[in-house]
Amino acid sequence: MKKLTQLDTIKKVLAYIKHYWWLIVCSLVFAAITVVSTLYLPILSGNAVDVMIDKGCVRFADLKEILARMVIVILITGVAQWIMNIANNRITYFVVRDIRKDAFHKIQKLPLKYLDGHVTGDIVSRMIADVDQFADGLLMGFTQAFTGILTILGTLLFMLRINVWITLVVVLVTPLSFFVAAFIAKKTHTMFQKQSQTRGEQTGLIDEMIGNQQVVQAYGYEKKAMKRFDEINGRLKKYALRATFFSSITNPATRFVNNLVYAGVGITGAFFAINGSLSVGQLSCFLSYANQYTKPFNEISGVITELQNALTCAGRVFELMEEESEIPDKAQAEKIEVTKGNVEMDHVFFSYTEDKPLIQDLNLKVKPGQRVAIVGPTGCGKTTIINLIMRFYDVTQGSIKIDGIDIRDLTRENLRSQYGMVLQETWLKDGTILDNILFGRKDATRQEAIEAAKLSHAHSFIKRLPMGYDTVIKENGENLSQGQRQLLCITRVILCKPSILILDEATSSIDTRTEMQIQNAFQQLMEGRTSFIVAHRLSTIQNADVILVMKDGKIMEQGSHEELLAKKGFYSELYMSQFAI
Amino acid sequence: MKKLLVYIKEYRKECVFGPLFKLLEALFDLIVPLVTAAIIDYGIANRDKTYILQYGMGLVLLALVGLTCSITAQFFAAKAAVGFAANLRHALFEHIESLSFTEMDQIGTSTLITRMTSDINQVQSGVNMALRLFLRSPFIVFGAMISAFFIDVRAAIVFAVVIPLLAVVVFGIMAICMPLYKKVQGALDKVLGSTRENLTGVRVIRAFHREKEEEQEYCKENDVLAKEQLLVGKISALTNPLTYVMINMALVALLWTGAVQIDIGVLKQGQVIALINYLSQILVELIKLANTIVLSNKALACANRIANVLEVESSLEQKQKNFLAKELPEETGTQNAGIQDVGTQNAGTQNTTTQSTAASKQTVRGQVVFDNVSLCYQGAQEPSIEDVNFTANAGDTIGIIGGTGSGKSSLVHLIPRFYDATKGHVLVDGKDVRSVSLEELRGKIGIVMQKAVLFEGTIRENLLWGNENATEEDLEEALELSQAKEFVDKKQNGMDALIEQGGRNLSGGQRQRLTIARALVRKPEILILDDSTSALDYATDARLRKGIQSLSYHPTVFIVSQRTSSICHADNILVLEDGQVLAMGTHEELLKTCDVYAEIHYSQFQKETRQNQPGNGQMAESKEEVTDRKEGGAQ
Repeated sequence: MKKLTQLDTIKKVLAYIKHYWWLIVCSLVFAAITVVSTLYLPILSGNAVDVMIDKGCVRFADLKEILARMVIVILITGVAQWIMNIANNRITYFVVRDIRKDAFHKIQKLPLKYLDGHVTGDIVSRMIADVDQFADGLLMGFTQAFTGILTILGTLLFMLRINVWITLVVVLVTPLSFFVAAFIAKKTHTMFQKQSQTRGEQTGLIDEMIGNQQVVQAYGYEKKAMKRFDEINGRLKKYALRATFFSSITNPATRFVNNLVYAGVGITGAFFAINGSLSVGQLSCFLSYANQYTKPFNEISGVITELQNALTCAGRVFELMEEESEIPDKAQAEKIEVTKGNVEMDHVFFSYTEDKPLIQDLNLKVKPGQRVAIVGPTGCGKTTIINLIMRFYDVTQGSIKIDGIDIRDLTRENLRSQYGMVLQETWLKDGTILDNILFGRKDATRQEAIEAAKLSHAHSFIKRLPMGYDTVIKENGENLSQGQRQLLCITRVILCKPSILILDEATSSIDTRTEMQIQNAFQQLMEGRTSFIVAHRLSTIQNADVILVMKDGKIMEQGSHEELLAKKGFYSELYMSQFAI
Repeated sequence: MKKLLVYIKEYRKECVFGPLFKLLEALFDLIVPLVTAAIIDYGIANRDKTYILQYGMGLVLLALVGLTCSITAQFFAAKAAVGFAANLRHALFEHIESLSFTEMDQIGTSTLITRMTSDINQVQSGVNMALRLFLRSPFIVFGAMISAFFIDVRAAIVFAVVIPLLAVVVFGIMAICMPLYKKVQGALDKVLGSTRENLTGVRVIRAFHREKEEEQEYCKENDVLAKEQLLVGKISALTNPLTYVMINMALVALLWTGAVQIDIGVLKQGQVIALINYLSQILVELIKLANTIVLSNKALACANRIANVLEVESSLEQKQKNFLAKELPEETGTQNAGIQDVGTQNAGTQNTTTQSTAASKQTVRGQVVFDNVSLCYQGAQEPSIEDVNFTANAGDTIGIIGGTGSGKSSLVHLIPRFYDATKGHVLVDGKDVRSVSLEELRGKIGIVMQKAVLFEGTIRENLLWGNENATEEDLEEALELSQAKEFVDKKQNGMDALIEQGGRNLSGGQRQRLTIARALVRKPEILILDDSTSALDYATDARLRKGIQSLSYHPTVFIVSQRTSSICHADNILVLEDGQVLAMGTHEELLKTCDVYAEIHYSQFQKETRQNQPGNGQMAESKEEVTDRKEGGAQ
């Protein structure tokens, strides 16, 4: 993946924040009100101290007026702060929502090549954990960076009005804390990165081991998994300790600078007070300013480390979003309403990795209504052909045409809506059985769904489920058997009545008796329509019009079952072998 | 919750020292206003420059000591928090690994993964924060109040009134937010689930061009999450303004009382300033405390969720205990009766399957008995297995066939105790499976599942899952038997070729063969092939079966299959329908006696189809022509 610089990341974050400019304006305005009124309060309380100089000479009338003013200022501050907080919350959560949304959108556009080549857990961790961390950082950043900077500026102005020299002391010493913080932030950046990486690695392992707990337990691998886990865990502990500790030094270090400022103000202020150029009330005001002036420095430095972390996380999300998308559909794409079912592969070359050619110069012509079966030893490229016809992958050379149109000239949606596909790997959604059947055709009625289920012979097991068609399927159908899941996938396709049917080992986990019945159903359904069937069971494909026998990415033989048997070639060998015991 | 404290025990020292140093620092913070008051009331009042300088340097010194204490505290806190998180992750991972399938089905994988990752991270930062601030903040609050009492009792009453009020507000908000955070986390779980689902189902989603709908659904969940977050945010955003208002109202009150006290000569100006200082310190600390509470709210919610997972007890272990308590008396009898049994056990504990193989060659190994067994999954209405009785003698090959969902997998899953029988007994080598340790039981069994799962790593590493002490020859032999040798040899690095996560860089058939090899490496007493050759072509399947039959250690083999060709040579074939054994016998017997079996068989080998299955007549126009040749091949 392309690494993004921090600047790029910031630019991207800003682009997201831009949409909420009105909230930002709101946040800024109320932050300004908060800051000004917060800063005004010490002046008022300083004035109050100055009207109570000594025993017997307290000016109560003035004091009352000052205190009344204080009450008003306090109330204004409270309300402004609340509104500001809410605006900031909104900005953060909306931005996070938008990023997640766009990231998800991006996933829909990523080529399968990318998704097949990357660990699911890692992508998920980028979209969930990283975005979360980013949200935390952003929230802190918004609440504190704004008010921080405003407070610094405001305090400076108020202080200058009272005494230039003491202000100078404050201004000269405080930047120290800034440098300290910046230094620490820079140092910790790489540590956070390492922590993030190790976390990703660990999530990957967790995903693998817990996701496949059955196998882990069957082989008593628990202890070894634990060992591997502990190894990563140990590393994570090391990196996390470093990142946590060094970033947490920021606070004490800047607080130390604060205290220096405080001492400096105390000493110089006292000297000025002796001269009489500063009242005690003003000194107390200065002391609280010294606190207020440095506090945002503290916070800003805290914010900087937090933002560093947030940026690292955001960077990881944006990296994902920067990945190259699939080649977009052509702007003036051609359109097929309903295909006749002419499929042509013309001198097709393809490979997943450049150095290992897989499909070489493959030619194939399928006439409408033909049933095409693809057989061959595992790894010969059967599924790859399906990948290409579906345009999950693009051919490296040559072309695939449907009804004479290059599939790259069609929109993917238009192309894929011609097909109905069932894969060996059954994937079901979280939701009810009915939701899953309706997956391909939302507009179908419940009755149509049940009809389809009857055709696919899924009806009998569905009706025995606790809630029938409304039974909720959990996490990719773990509460259903592989065969039941396949039946559901088949039902899903039957409901769509596709023009071209693609079955990639679609009935491998279904008993042959049921399979035969399903085939009958398909045969009626697909009357006059083209279908592709990839299967190992030769009984599944015997009735195909054309059988393609593949080996090492090439078509070795081609013909009907009888023709191929007569040839006494590779196919007949394959066929005979099933009777050998 | 208390359960989690165990994992921080190791860091007891850090947990004490961290807050302790933090308190020291706080103590120095509390001295500062007193020093300032002294500078004002004596230094300025007496125009004493050396006094001011001395006390000024005192302030610098306090700052230095404070810095040292605080860094030390941060170190201890970070160490404890990070260590705790690491321990917790370890414990949770270990616990999850011990959960049985029943619990895994219930909780769900993605939930568990969130617990392990983001929840623990939250808890870690919560602990880190708590160690640093939970003691310090209240300490300063009360320390400031006590100092105030020393300065002036009447003025201090303001403190005494405002602090409890603040506490009510802060804790009230906390109480409201607690359950809301739970909701937020739940919503996050959903978003995570959808993301995973979408990634695993890309092909199907794209094939049905359902990207837009998926996005819409995701956006809905995403919006719900944002909404929940905003709600919590709105409430917790009240904390700061409310505390600010209250504390400053207290300041107004303090200034008034201070003025009255100065007027009668009880207080001096500097002391009032010190009181104001204390008040602002309290404000700062309370804000920190409030933030800490917000963060620890989140952390607590996460901790609870983790604790909940830790509390889920593996139902298998529980049943084992119950079983032993109830049935041990008779069981011990059988255990002692057979010396061979003890032999097997000892060998088993030595952890080398090869040895156990050698040691127990002449003993009863691999016998499996199902005694009136029923299995009803949790929450299911009808049993998946009902009243199954059969005996598989050592070295037998048992074929299990039946329609989709007839309970074939459920049946074999009972042998390695993935689930426990709800009725009846499953006996392996004469002992109820619940009476032996899982490690021992599963050590005897090599199971190949329907779903061919491989793990990231080399092929060799994957094979060694079966038996980590296997020799090079063992591995080679297993590869050869499983018909995987050919393609493994073709790989550039042979057995050291890398397998990507989930075995993505292998085809389904290759994966299946490797999972079979993995089981064979173990040289199991009982080999279970759960429909695990579905992606293999017939030729490979046949060679594989031949290989398994020729195994020198004669395992008891269970073959679950849809193909009669895979099981027709078995010593005994069980035909299942709707969880019940419909018929039992050899291939020839069943062909004659069992209609269902015959039907299955003829759907694959279309001989005599017409007589037996009139309904399927239209299936194949060319069947008869083919039949002759097929028969020729069969011989």
